[in-house]
Amino acid sequence: MAYSAKVLDHYENPRNVGSFSKDEKNVGTGMVGAPACGDVMKLQIKVNDEGIIEDARFKTYGCGSAIASSSLVTEWLKGKTLDEAMTIKNSDIAEELALPPVKIHCSVLAEDAIKAAIADLRQKQAKNVETPACTATCKE
Amino acid sequence: MLQQNHFALFGLKPAFEIDTARLDQAYRKLQAEVHPDRYATATAQEKLQSLAWATRINEAYQTLKNPLLRARYLLQLHGFEIHEGANTAMPAEFLMQQMEWREAIEDARHTRNLNTLVALNRELEHEMEALKHALGTALDVRGDYASAAEMVCKLRFLEKVRDEIELALEDLEQ
Repeated sequence: MAYSAKVLDHYENPRNVGSFSKDEKNVGTGMVGAPACGDVMKLQIKVNDEGIIEDARFKTYGCGSAIASSSLVTEWLKGKTLDEAMTIKNSDIAEELALPPVKIHCSVLAEDAIKAAIADLRQKQAKNVETPACTATCKE
Repeated sequence: MLQQNHFALFGLKPAFEIDTARLDQAYRKLQAEVHPDRYATATAQEKLQSLAWATRINEAYQTLKNPLLRARYLLQLHGFEIHEGANTAMPAEFLMQQMEWREAIEDARHTRNLNTLVALNRELEHEMEALKHALGTALDVRGDYASAAEMVCKLRFLEKVRDEIELALEDLEQ
């Protein structure tokens, strides 16, 4: 399989490999898997008080294209708001890395991982807002 | 006969639990019938036809012999296409388990821990057997194709983990 130079670069020097504690309230974790090939990907984002993604980490067990796709998006995510991050499309990833058609599903995996991480964070944040409201009600 | 489904080709009922000995036997018999040697004096057209047959028989056999491919094919016969490329949302717990297994393999590879790998291999074999059993029940007994489709996806992940273990074992044994 001939990988593009960009895929090879991310594969050989992956950016932002690792994890955050998934219990932190400003961390969103997305876990996805590709049944077509059995690859698994974990993507985490950390937001600051302004809601900007200040850091991202990934851990991917899969082929070079899956590793490159997740490595690339951790770079793209930094500095973005959640809404901006939601607009990252798998086609952008595939184009940037020049993925062949058989590897498009790797970019789909990365896009879905972003969406899953954001969904996880938003769910956490919604809960954080609800908690004080409930405490207030209980005290009355 | 080229339109027959793979099971009918070998005289089997379409099911996940099949008699593999019967499959092997039927396969060998069919292969012998279309063997090129038997067509040495045949016309070009007949030779071509026998070749098409041999290919067809081979493809059907490879599909039915492999449990994952067999289950996928069976789902197709029941009108269930698995869109694997578009489906990335597996149950969180299941994905977590995949991640943990892959991490354990990676660690064992680095620390050259053969015992851990052998134990993981056994655990995976056990998981796969259990999953295949559940798949058989879903497909053959309950006719629950939606569940079966999810199990086929899970089986693909387990196969990948097992492949990784085998690769790591080969590495360590060198």
